[in-house]
Amino acid sequence: MKKRSVFLLTALGFGYAFLYIPIFLLMLYSFNDSRISSVWNGFSLRWYTALFNNDQIIEAALLSLQIAFISATVATFFGTLAGLALTHMGSFRGRLLFTGLIAAPLVMPEVITGLSLLLVFVSSEQLIGWPETRGATTITIAHITFSMAFVAVVVQSRLSSMDKSLEEAAMDLGGRPFQVALDITLPIIAPAMLSGWLLAFTLSIDDLVISSFVSGPGSSTLPMVIYSKVRLGVSPDVNALATIIIVVVSLGVVVAWLIMRRQEQLRLEEARLEK
Amino acid sequence: MSMAFKIRPDFADRVWRSFVISLPYVWLVVFFLIPFLFVFKISFSDPVIGQPPFTPLFDWSKDSFSAFLGTLDNYRFLTEDNLYWISYLKSAKIAAISTLFCLLIGYPMAYGIARSEPTTRNLLLLLVILPFWTSFLLRVYAWMGMLSSYGTINSLLIWIGLIDQPLKLLYTDFAVYLGIVYTYLPFMILPLYANLEKLDLSLHEAAADLGARPFQVLRDITIPMSMPGIIAGSLLVFIPALGEFVIPSLLGGTDSLMIGRTLYNEFFQNRDWPLASAVATVLLFILVVPMMIFQKYQMNDSDGVEQ
Repeated sequence: MKKRSVFLLTALGFGYAFLYIPIFLLMLYSFNDSRISSVWNGFSLRWYTALFNNDQIIEAALLSLQIAFISATVATFFGTLAGLALTHMGSFRGRLLFTGLIAAPLVMPEVITGLSLLLVFVSSEQLIGWPETRGATTITIAHITFSMAFVAVVVQSRLSSMDKSLEEAAMDLGGRPFQVALDITLPIIAPAMLSGWLLAFTLSIDDLVISSFVSGPGSSTLPMVIYSKVRLGVSPDVNALATIIIVVVSLGVVVAWLIMRRQEQLRLEEARLEK
Repeated sequence: MSMAFKIRPDFADRVWRSFVISLPYVWLVVFFLIPFLFVFKISFSDPVIGQPPFTPLFDWSKDSFSAFLGTLDNYRFLTEDNLYWISYLKSAKIAAISTLFCLLIGYPMAYGIARSEPTTRNLLLLLVILPFWTSFLLRVYAWMGMLSSYGTINSLLIWIGLIDQPLKLLYTDFAVYLGIVYTYLPFMILPLYANLEKLDLSLHEAAADLGARPFQVLRDITIPMSMPGIIAGSLLVFIPALGEFVIPSLLGGTDSLMIGRTLYNEFFQNRDWPLASAVATVLLFILVVPMMIFQKYQMNDSDGVEQ
């Protein structure tokens, strides 16, 4: 037993080092005065200054934030409905296809999703004249499509693990399904919807391949600009940008985690007091 | 109560029910299912220079008859040019080996997390999830700085004195394997952990009491019982890795032709949309079986929770 736990500790240590060392080094290099990453020339904020003076990056970041906000919100709405459909609506015609349509976007290679959406946009432009141009709107539609599946999975797992007795009691007391969903189910799954929203937001901010397919001239998202900068090698101002993104995201995730843990503790204490 | 009052709530219930089901359903059919039919359709067209850059499949101008103008040229081309065979095979090889390495690294980690104290466990889990939230593109990019000729690894090796000249690490297949294992590792660990955490430990104790050695317990009990997690995690890595574009294009050499990259180049550089569609159609057919297995495990998992 002892030997195995040494093995497990080594595996964990190696695994976490593997996951984190590249990120830490990237962040360290963003403060390096030198253009060549591994030569340390002293501490400098010059890449951060360069970053904030780069209008192309700032513009792309704003576009990405706008697309991510709208697509995450719509995807949370659709994804929550899809989660309800899978858990609360029993059997309906085409249920198997529906579950397939929810599972497939989770693993579908992005080149296929991107290509297929672009071909639909091009064909529909020919047939009905919409969309006139490709850009923020088509990217948003594409992002809603793949991220609603992720939201649906997150919400569905909360819905299927929740205690059904409250909903049943409300139904017995004469509540209509719509009322019950709004007054009872919604507050219970709200945290899952929030994690779903955050996940959809992250997926949208991060997407390169699908956006490249469905965007048009003149609308470049942040990952598209980053990709065009690093395609030919390391670019120090991207190190600075990466550091900012990683710090902001990590703080957000850690704060969310602390809040959730606190709530969990409160719930446990309540349960203990009730006994 | 009059009948009118009884019928109206029922009607509202039906409206609510069809609203919940059909709204996401219609969206996914229009923007996810139908698009594949367009890929399929355009894979039978000829490329032309123009907007859009492919020929129509039917000629509607001929009175009541519509002439079928489709061609199998794109598929013929796929089978004739070795480039595509090599891309498909190489992608399958890279995705399979990377999945295996994710499993070898991820399984002990998931097991270690599941067997640690509840408070530590949450922290360890957070540390697995955290990279998953930070940008995929930037995590791939981080390896460019590690692997380049003047990068961290080469500098370190030269400083130790192991090598005199920098090794070529970036723009190689090795870098592609490393990039895939690195970025997809959390996708392997999370389903494995979810599965291992639920395992009943009394079986292990019983086996140990009966004199089984740790390795035997692992081989005969733990691994067979965690098969659903192994399959779900492996498919979560293998399927997207097969069509991966970003990693081979940033870390791989010009000769590292994974199929996702070939498709992307066919589309953006050669502007041959019909051929790109044929490449996508074949890739989709290859992926149908793994995806159906994945869906089965997705459904089993949620059914299990419901019970």
